[in-house]
Amino acid sequence: MAQITLIEAVTQALAYEMRNDESVVVLGEDVGVNGGVFRATQGLQEQFGEMRVIDTPLDEATIAGLTIGLAVQGMKPVAEAQFEGFIYPMMEHIACHAARMRNRTRGRMTVPAVWRAPWGGGIRAPEHHSEANEHLFTNIPGLRVVMPSSPARAYGLLLAAIRDPDPVIFFEPKRIYRQYKEEVPDDGEALPLDVCFVLRDGTDVTLVTWGAQVKECLEAADELAQKGISAEVIDVATLTPLDFDTIAESVTKTGRCVIVHEAPKTAGFGAEIAARLAEECLYSLLAPVQRVTGFDTHIPLFRLEMKYLPSVERIVEAAERTLAAS
Amino acid sequence: MSIAAKFEIEYLQYLDQDGKETGKELPAFAKDLDHMVELYKLMVSTRVFDAKSIALQRTGKLGTYASCLGHEAAHVGIGSAMRREDSLAVSYREYGAQLYRGVKPREVYTYWGGDERGNDFADAPAHDFAWCVPIGTQCLHAAGSALAFKIRKEARVAVCTIGDGGSSKGDFYGAINVAGAQQLPMVAVIVNNQWAISVPRRIQSGSGTLAQKGIAAGLPCIQVDGNDIIAVRAAMEIALERARSGQGASVIEAVTYRLGDHTTADDARRYRGEQEVKDAWERDPIPRLRKWLEGKGKWDETKEEAWKAECDDWMDNEVNAYLETKNQPATAMFDYLYAELPADLEAQREIVASLDRTS
Repeated sequence: MAQITLIEAVTQALAYEMRNDESVVVLGEDVGVNGGVFRATQGLQEQFGEMRVIDTPLDEATIAGLTIGLAVQGMKPVAEAQFEGFIYPMMEHIACHAARMRNRTRGRMTVPAVWRAPWGGGIRAPEHHSEANEHLFTNIPGLRVVMPSSPARAYGLLLAAIRDPDPVIFFEPKRIYRQYKEEVPDDGEALPLDVCFVLRDGTDVTLVTWGAQVKECLEAADELAQKGISAEVIDVATLTPLDFDTIAESVTKTGRCVIVHEAPKTAGFGAEIAARLAEECLYSLLAPVQRVTGFDTHIPLFRLEMKYLPSVERIVEAAERTLAAS
Repeated sequence: MSIAAKFEIEYLQYLDQDGKETGKELPAFAKDLDHMVELYKLMVSTRVFDAKSIALQRTGKLGTYASCLGHEAAHVGIGSAMRREDSLAVSYREYGAQLYRGVKPREVYTYWGGDERGNDFADAPAHDFAWCVPIGTQCLHAAGSALAFKIRKEARVAVCTIGDGGSSKGDFYGAINVAGAQQLPMVAVIVNNQWAISVPRRIQSGSGTLAQKGIAAGLPCIQVDGNDIIAVRAAMEIALERARSGQGASVIEAVTYRLGDHTTADDARRYRGEQEVKDAWERDPIPRLRKWLEGKGKWDETKEEAWKAECDDWMDNEVNAYLETKNQPATAMFDYLYAELPADLEAQREIVASLDRTS
């Protein structure tokens, strides 16, 4: 079986579901002949034709609005926002229509659509190509916000997102698009949405993260292990609706939690997890919850961006702080 | 001088403001006088409905309501030209089109009365969009609908309506642009009622006509007298046929006037003069069609009184049905959020359920 990267897993999932369900269409800027600027839709137009892999005019609001119209009329569109920094013109359609269509029509009209967007920093990209803005979507009721952290989870979660009857924002951490390969059978098996994945068992501290930072957290767990500290690593995967039970169970066991994300700290999604821990798990905590995040600044242009992104070192330090507290 | 492009915009009118024919040969539907009587009756019932809505709001039985006074020819003209399998994406005052397509007055009341169930049309086509408050966004939903019809090779058309103000929005341009680029089966109707709340047409756009905005999208465009239902309906029929037969989208500008306030929360006296409104009443779409039908011997005062009485009964019945509607349980705010309630929301739903039990 072939080993594939995360971006190839995205392509594999799109192709599988387009073969499996003829109502699935892909649309966006440069998704056709060019196969997308990251090649996520490579070869799809050749296989499925121009009516199912649609190059749109260069207008993000147009892409978002078309996606809603397609979905309401029975198609299953997968729209591509070329970069997460270009998603803002789509937000009116996502927030005012996609997220509330089912609710405001009492179920008469629904939007079974996916918005894919390459997400996050660390690839030395130009300005507006490196944002972490998932928290702007996690506060919108009626949406799912999903972020894979490995080729296998990209494949399984994207299939689940396309098959889900409600709108899904699918952020793809572009820093790990080609970071490593793994075997991903093209068997059409979806992974469950709305659940966290426990990637490593531990007993002393829980590292909670998503997207590209999963790799740093696993590396931090290795380093901590060398210091005799056992870290559990949780990939949240579906941010909303949140599987808080898995996080609560882990933190109840370890008594310590470090939340790691790339977005700015204030009102980032880590704040929500920390608040839930304070509400529901305070008496199990042996130390204050720590957050290792991007700073409350704009992500710097690329010469400084690695200073902004959470590092293994900062994660290890935060974990050690929780151990020092008790 | 060499010319890279030039254009002209046709203006279409069959009946002048006195109900006299302009001399242009009438389209086939207008020669069916019984059908024209049906259209007239719906224009009248739309106006009776609208007056009832405002009365409900003034007596505290309805929330903010957007009136359609003066738009009856434009709206009924649009709705009556469409087929049931076509899809309509409106803004929020196109009741004449919607009533024709089966939306019930009680559903309009329910929506503006603060209850989402008004958007769950019982008899109107399930593929017609609900009212769309974020200005202009419905145009792209129509374009997406048209794209779905095109992909599936269905002979269906997506129609969107938008105001003069809405035609300034990027969503409108985006929709007609992609409709032109992809030859989508779509009709975009700009119902130009001269006022976007307090902003007049004059400072809304420097475009000589709003119809010509379609030129840049490569679409056929026409301006019609939006108070002449024959002109609106005729332009719609041509545009719908063009779209249905695979020849792409069109833009129609229906020039009318908002005789009422923007909504019941607005007071138009703050920003427009009495004389302008008085002049606009001279172009009222309803009397001109009535005069024309009377001239053909198809309508008279007795019929008018009888039909208005019938409309009153209809609306009273609708109002009663609306007023008798019990509130949804508060938990309804959760029950249509997702296909299935996510586990993480169960605790919040339970809090709301307890509010229902204690109130």
